[in-house]
Amino acid sequence: MSAAKATERKSELSTARAIARIYPYARAAMPRIGLGMLAALIGALVALFIPQVLRGLVDGPLSDGVLAAVWPAVALVLALGVLEAAMIALRRWFVLVPGTHVEARMRNDFYNKLQDLPVAFHDRWPSGQLLSRVVSDLGLIRRWLAFGVVLLVVNVVTIVIGFAFLLSINWMLGVLFMVCSTPLWIYGYLFEKKYSIVARRSQDQSGDLATSVEESVHGIRVLKAFGRGGHALKNFASQAEDLRGTEIEKARAIAGIWLWLLLVPDVTFALSLFGGAFLWLNGDITTGGLVAFFATATVLRWPVESIGFLLSMTFDTRTAVDRFFEVMDEVNTITDPEQPVSVTDPKGRLVFEDVHFRYQDSPARYPDLLDGIDLAIEPGETMALVGLTGSGKTTLTALATRLYDVTGGRILLDGVDIRDLSREELRTHIAMAFEDATLFSASVRDNVLLGRPDAGEDALAEALDIAQAKFVYDLPDGLDTRIGEEGLSLSGGQRQRLALARAVAARPEVLVLDDPLSALDVDTEALVEAALRKVLAATTALIVAHRPSTVMLADRVALLENGRVTAVGTHSELLATSEHYRFVISSLEDEQDDSRVEVNA
Amino acid sequence: MSMTGVDGEDRNDLTKEESRRIRQRSFALLRSLVKPVQKKVVLTAIVVVLSTALQVSGPALIGLGITVGLPALTDQNWMPLGIVVATYLVAAVLGSVSIAWYTILTAQLSQAMLLDLRKRVFVQTQRLSLEFHEKYTSGRIIARQTSDLDSIKELLGNGVNQLVQGGLYMLFIAVAMFIVDWVSGLVLLASLIPLAFLTRWFADRSEKLFRETRVASAKLIVHFVETMTGIRAVKAFRKEKRNEKEFAEHVEHYRDANSKVIQVFGLYDPGLMLIGNVTLGFVLLFGGMRVVNGELGIGLLLSALLYTRQFYGPMQEMAMFYNAYQAAAAALEKISGVLEERPTVPDPTGPIDLRQARGHVTFDGVTFAYNKDRVVLPSFDLDIPAGQTIALVGSTGAGKSTLAKLISRFYDPTEGAVLLDGVDLRKLHPKDLRRAIVMVTQEAYLFSGTVADNIALGKPDASREEIERAAKAVGAHEFIESLPNGYETDVNKRGGRVSAGQRQLLSFARAFIADPQVLILDEATASLDIPSERLVQDGLQTLLADRTAVIIAHRLSTVAIADRVLVMEHGRIVEDGAPADLIGGTGRFAQLHAAWRDSLV
Repeated sequence: MSAAKATERKSELSTARAIARIYPYARAAMPRIGLGMLAALIGALVALFIPQVLRGLVDGPLSDGVLAAVWPAVALVLALGVLEAAMIALRRWFVLVPGTHVEARMRNDFYNKLQDLPVAFHDRWPSGQLLSRVVSDLGLIRRWLAFGVVLLVVNVVTIVIGFAFLLSINWMLGVLFMVCSTPLWIYGYLFEKKYSIVARRSQDQSGDLATSVEESVHGIRVLKAFGRGGHALKNFASQAEDLRGTEIEKARAIAGIWLWLLLVPDVTFALSLFGGAFLWLNGDITTGGLVAFFATATVLRWPVESIGFLLSMTFDTRTAVDRFFEVMDEVNTITDPEQPVSVTDPKGRLVFEDVHFRYQDSPARYPDLLDGIDLAIEPGETMALVGLTGSGKTTLTALATRLYDVTGGRILLDGVDIRDLSREELRTHIAMAFEDATLFSASVRDNVLLGRPDAGEDALAEALDIAQAKFVYDLPDGLDTRIGEEGLSLSGGQRQRLALARAVAARPEVLVLDDPLSALDVDTEALVEAALRKVLAATTALIVAHRPSTVMLADRVALLENGRVTAVGTHSELLATSEHYRFVISSLEDEQDDSRVEVNA
Repeated sequence: MSMTGVDGEDRNDLTKEESRRIRQRSFALLRSLVKPVQKKVVLTAIVVVLSTALQVSGPALIGLGITVGLPALTDQNWMPLGIVVATYLVAAVLGSVSIAWYTILTAQLSQAMLLDLRKRVFVQTQRLSLEFHEKYTSGRIIARQTSDLDSIKELLGNGVNQLVQGGLYMLFIAVAMFIVDWVSGLVLLASLIPLAFLTRWFADRSEKLFRETRVASAKLIVHFVETMTGIRAVKAFRKEKRNEKEFAEHVEHYRDANSKVIQVFGLYDPGLMLIGNVTLGFVLLFGGMRVVNGELGIGLLLSALLYTRQFYGPMQEMAMFYNAYQAAAAALEKISGVLEERPTVPDPTGPIDLRQARGHVTFDGVTFAYNKDRVVLPSFDLDIPAGQTIALVGSTGAGKSTLAKLISRFYDPTEGAVLLDGVDLRKLHPKDLRRAIVMVTQEAYLFSGTVADNIALGKPDASREEIERAAKAVGAHEFIESLPNGYETDVNKRGGRVSAGQRQLLSFARAFIADPQVLILDEATASLDIPSERLVQDGLQTLLADRTAVIIAHRLSTVAIADRVLVMEHGRIVEDGAPADLIGGTGRFAQLHAAWRDSLV
């Protein structure tokens, strides 16, 4: 929640100028919005004109008792009524299309910007925060463009003209009405301010509640294993009760505004009736004038009530615009070079030269996570990366594909600084398999061929074969089975094998595998290793390894310690020479077993 | 086959009989929700009738004032006007107060019902067995508790409210029209015919379109969230361009669906106005004629005109009711299905207390099958004396995990019984069961909150000292200290950067602090690096000294701390003995162990 608060600070601009930032998106829509406003305005004027006809009718034909003169007046009212409806239809027609187009354009731009921003940005921003921007905020901006700003302008003009009519009917009644309705303006605005705070709290609380639900489901094994269902229920119930409290508070606020919205106009009408009668008695107003006055006041009732709401909608829109541009203004630190070079004949030589890296939010008291890495992986060579948990192995693999950029030193692919390549090209040469495998809502086929969509069935089958992922053929729709969030759920081991198959299927010059076998059982692991050997024979590879068996896939091993590579060599060389390596990679039971065997002997 | 619970949620071919049963089921659920609050329902109904009647009185009083009050004034009689104005003021105050009261009452009502329902679904979710969760999937059970509950909230909070209030409002206006002037009343009634046609058209069209919009927006959201949570894979495999296209398609679908909805609104809204204005014209025509003929007072004509202008106001919101109703009915049907599910691992009715378990675990003639065709354990007997540490070895599918799930009562045996200290687990009080037996699995789930909170889940009242002691015992203390806020670090804030191994250490600490008499570890060390595993094993050795433990690990390192090794194949124990004896022999375990030893060097 604190992230949300931090981002809701207002920009330094005035509301009008802050909202004006959407002009580039809205420019094409402006003429139609203007026409929509015009139509709405004409509609409002027509509505205001009807009471004037009534006035003439009441004071003229109805008082004089001339039946024939009633007809034209009725015809005029009918015509005006039809015109008003037509103008409303016209306004909606004018503003409908541009609003949705502006929204769609902003949405696409936002999404594309987010895809372009580096992983470091996404580490800071939870997807929920981004989602609320792309859905609710942009929806609000659309509604404001198509509706809020149009009605704000039109209603203000309507009120001004309506008051002019009221004053022209009788200035004293007009002033009375105006004075009496000011509390509505003020209260309406204050209400919206107050309400939006409670409403936001309710939103936050339902978000928290949803998180609790998700966790209680995803963590159900833990909750059951520890018998903490009751504990979880207590938390959930107290959150749900908080939410109920907020919702009722919201209702109280709405009840308050309802009270005023009904009370003030009715009291105004009652007072106007009394005052009107007094004026009528003195001959200062005709019966027709009274009729017109009440009819006009009825027409004005909604515009007056709506101003508070429309103003607050405008301020909310400004916040939404700020939130949108907060992301759009983000400077991308990992971009393509202006003149990208190309590796024409890729061999797959990967070199780390004095590479430094630290996370942005890392406290200053800590040294760089990677503190001067020097490592060269020759074409076709397989290098295992070994080190303690937290030593930066995963981070190092992420640097090679520029998911993060080095904060010092450089990484070379076949002699070219990877920052001089386009990201597209770099990531064609280097493919990754992550420890926690991400699958997308798509078919098995699309997921595996993610890195090379044009690959044929043979390549697909081969990759599945290597990763021992033949289980996919037994899925309900085989290779076309939908998996991921919206499809069939797979076990951790199955996901990991698909992620491996995906990396293999991309047929890159360099494979980067982050502990790709951790979720597999012994038998499968052995099979995958055997198959993977064939691929690794021809491909440069960097493999994060926790286990001796994984290390055995590699030609050489690099030992990562305190942010540096402290030793490089074959497994047996390092076992013989490096104590830290033995500490990291060899099991305690060896020694224990040895001693036990000795004892037994 | 009779259909119960969540069966049929995905079926489109329900028989009439089945659909009726489902409707009855959800109606029964609704009734059970209303029952505790029915007195308040009656009160609310009285208040809303009263408040609507008072609100509607306004225009009639204005008309009365002009028709009756003004003529009396000419005789210097202020009484009639005074009474009208005073009545108006009283009605205004009472009407607005009662509407405010009604708003609060409905919020209290709907929130009470929602809270009740939320808790019921949450409790039921926790009660249902893992078997259910695995089949039903987490996404669906979460949707039941989030989006489905939102639909019901929408209906209870707004839909019903608007329907009742709007319906009464229109009814009372119609009645008032007849009282004021029956001819105008007839005109108003006649206008109901085109109104019904228009609304019918709108409800039909909008229902379909709203569903389309919901589907389109859901797809857009899933795609968006998947991209953001899987941003690393997106970048690494250059999915950006393809995503851009896919997302743009989602945006376009949503835009088009949304445009159509607005279009329908854009016709319905002016349509209502057209009907209203034409009706106004006719009221004026017939009324005007009768005023000229002296059959109707001018003031009453004004009342009729004001009523006509207000009559159609609630229509638009009422027309939306149908949509809210449709969505909520579908949601309620699904929720009632979940609530109807009977847990396959039920809590005992007359539980046996076991305050201090010793840890003697017995399998007595246990058979287990996930379904008829898949018997995992055929008639299984096993006795684990209190305090013994058992290593369970065997290939995937041998039944090791099933064994673990039976001891921790995630499943119940199909036949036979699992006993703790001679008591059938099914008869044990859940609290005692969970205090005595804890299982740690490979998936180490972390809940939002601090690192300390996550460890304390094992023992909610644990002090900071105890938490740190547990963390130290499993070797997690160092990495926790290196986090930005140590034990107070929010695990979600650094989400991506708590590695799988670190998560597993935390879940170990959690089990450590829970201090159970029987500990089951199912592949719980898979993601640990070797030094961490070593630390964990040291900790375990101390912890397990006087406890019963069942350890499943595909890395045989675990065997070192076991008193006894069980080798399983096809649901049967094929070898059983002390580790040294088995290693020294010529059986399956001796082979496995030899192969594993080879993999270490």
